[in-house]
Amino acid sequence: MKGLGARALKEWLPPAALFVVAVVGWQQAVNVFDIQRFLLPRPTAIFASWHEQWGELWSAGWYTFQEALWGFAVGCGAGIAVALVLARWRPLGTALMPYAIAANAVPIIAFAPIANAWFGIDQGSKIAIAAVLCFFPVMINVLRGLTSVHPSSLELMRSYAAGNFAVFRKVRVPNSLPYLFSSLKVASVLAMIGAIVGEYFGGALTSLGIQIKSAAALFNFETAWAAIIVACILGIAFYLAVSLAEKLAMRIYPARGAQ
Amino acid sequence: MAPAAPRQRPAWAAALARRLAVTAAVLGGLWGLWEGYRWLWSTEGWTRPFVVDYLTMPHIHEMFQRLLEPSRSEGPLLIGLLLKSAAFTAREALAGFALGALIGFTIGVVLHHSLFLQRGLLPFIVASQTVPILAIAPMVVIWLGGKGLPVWVPVAVIAAYLTFFPVTINTLRGLGSADPRALELMRSYAASPWKVLWKVKVPASLPYVFTALKVSATASVVGAIIGELPSGIQDGLGGAILNFNQYYSLEPASLWATNIVAAALGIAFFGAVVGAEKLVVRRAPEHVG
Amino acid sequence: MTHEHAAAAVHIAGVSKVFGKGGTHALDDIELEFQPGEFISLIGPSGCGKSTLLRVIGDLLEPSEGLVRIGGKTAHQARLDRDYGMVFQDPVLYDWRTVARNIGLPLEMMGWDRRRRAERVQAMIELVELGGFADHHPWQLSGGMQQRVAIARAFAFEPALLLMDEPFGALDEMTRERMNIELLRIWGASGSTVVFVTHSIAEAVFLSTRVVVMSPRPGRVAGIVPVDLPYPRVFETREDSRFFELVTAVRELLRGGAPAPVGVEA
Repeated sequence: MKGLGARALKEWLPPAALFVVAVVGWQQAVNVFDIQRFLLPRPTAIFASWHEQWGELWSAGWYTFQEALWGFAVGCGAGIAVALVLARWRPLGTALMPYAIAANAVPIIAFAPIANAWFGIDQGSKIAIAAVLCFFPVMINVLRGLTSVHPSSLELMRSYAAGNFAVFRKVRVPNSLPYLFSSLKVASVLAMIGAIVGEYFGGALTSLGIQIKSAAALFNFETAWAAIIVACILGIAFYLAVSLAEKLAMRIYPARGAQ
Repeated sequence: MAPAAPRQRPAWAAALARRLAVTAAVLGGLWGLWEGYRWLWSTEGWTRPFVVDYLTMPHIHEMFQRLLEPSRSEGPLLIGLLLKSAAFTAREALAGFALGALIGFTIGVVLHHSLFLQRGLLPFIVASQTVPILAIAPMVVIWLGGKGLPVWVPVAVIAAYLTFFPVTINTLRGLGSADPRALELMRSYAASPWKVLWKVKVPASLPYVFTALKVSATASVVGAIIGELPSGIQDGLGGAILNFNQYYSLEPASLWATNIVAAALGIAFFGAVVGAEKLVVRRAPEHVG
Repeated sequence: MTHEHAAAAVHIAGVSKVFGKGGTHALDDIELEFQPGEFISLIGPSGCGKSTLLRVIGDLLEPSEGLVRIGGKTAHQARLDRDYGMVFQDPVLYDWRTVARNIGLPLEMMGWDRRRRAERVQAMIELVELGGFADHHPWQLSGGMQQRVAIARAFAFEPALLLMDEPFGALDEMTRERMNIELLRIWGASGSTVVFVTHSIAEAVFLSTRVVVMSPRPGRVAGIVPVDLPYPRVFETREDSRFFELVTAVRELLRGGAPAPVGVEA
């Protein structure tokens, strides 16, 4: 137990220390440099605003988070499914891979207003945007993981006269797990961003994006920043949850280099 | 086995022809999917997941047609306008990309050399990407705009913000991927850390860095557009998107046409990085089995 | 202990292999007969086609000409019937499976039920003397131990034929000599036919009943050296004068010189 405690301390002390330094520094800098409050209010002011509007902010956060969560589920699920199909029918996969990569290079931001036109301004359109943002990175990475199997492994399977399905189950899928999880981490952050960007183009009053937008429009910057921080916390929590899932699922893999 | 090809045609021409045929097939397939979906949904009158009509799903040829029409009742063609906007946005994106890549790489190098900073800063760097940049953008624009800088500078900063993260992460991983035996050799030469960095670690990190740059190419364009949106900048693609979004019910094809140009810009950036990668990095391809 | 089972004879007739149109002539008209239960080594310099020949025997490559029969069947049928096991230089173990589950892989493929699998895996672990490591992962083991797992896996379903491509190539000399004795012990217990590719003359002579020497460009059989040393072979066998004579005979063949007069088939 002692070793565990020491290790946890070593990992968490530096960021915690830097965090404290940053917050104190922020407070001082605003005072010393007299930064206008709409750019960077004092941490204390933000905290006060937070305290006041606790309920509203967190319910808006939850509203937006649900969009991100559903978008994540749909986008990643579709990405995995398509990757499996493309890995199974290789000619299709090799033909489409460059297009998937190109599609990933399209700035999805342009899709947001169209999603609103399709699905209206309630949650559905934000889920769609988040899903599209998640789909491509996951699909590309999982496909890569399924197909970058060492030729010797495949030769071994050939010597067992293994059918395609067996090769998939026993070799390709386990091989792709590290790739899957690193793309899921990326997707978790993208989902939240996608949901908020979608809301900016038109969303319910009870959404985080609109809260930020309307607070800023009313020059209520402490609230705007408080809402932004809520968005960050939710994004970080999502990312950490996926990281935890990764650690649990990948226990049986050899330790990789520093993440 | 295919019959022997005529000896006159060189191998690369055959490969190119095949590549073009595949491209045509895929694009044709996508066009068919779009038009087919549209036709099916509108004849059957299905409304899930969304209603299909001229507003939600214009014909693809209409989108391209719109490009070749004037943007207003008289005046320059839409495509001319959009290309100018794209160039404006591209400038911001390029500046942001360069800035972000440089910063990302530098941070990566610094973190590689200091375990304390790595442990301390990395969580925040990761967390920084969860900040909805769209919300911060107006503040950045006002802050930097107030300093008398031209209006595209804050947008470039925002683009850099989205660009630096993948570069940092991958630089860190790439520097650490250097062959231990190569490092041992350097030790035997009593090489300084600076020399080791530039002669062994940085070359080893290049494949990783280029992977990140490919992601960043797209991110810089996205960042530039996002930066323009709340900033009231009219000259770029962001402004065009907002503009045509407003008039969507009157002229849906214009927004789609804008999307086509935006997509082309993103892909062009991406393609440029891929081209640069081919020149700079020559390594064994991944196993594809 | 594994019981005796039917070992396969290997019949290679007129096998040639050319890669690509007018490309590398890897094998040229190979004629070989291996009796059931023999231990055959294939040895030769780089480019002589020994690994290619091994893969042709295992139906992992198709010959351009000629045919291979294993125990009366075609190589293709033998593969589908899972009549042989393979061991490569790289153990090719799956990181995400424990040692026990790695050994059990071919048995899973063949649809054995759990209890039968567990029994056989346990027997194989004892055979290669890795007791206590059943629940370890490959990346927790040394190179030699990993190779033992690969061998256990290859023998797990008692194949009639075992194909081995320089399995000990990545190991140090002392581990290699120990592994040779291990392999002979396992082979003796199982009675399979073994075709073994190696770079090491001493290893080839130590292990085999016959050594097939190949020459490169194109790959041909230069000669065959029967090894009349008695089994079981022990460490001291390497210090035997007959051992040296046979090693010299093989070496002469490899250099393409006149075969030494010690009962060599050409």
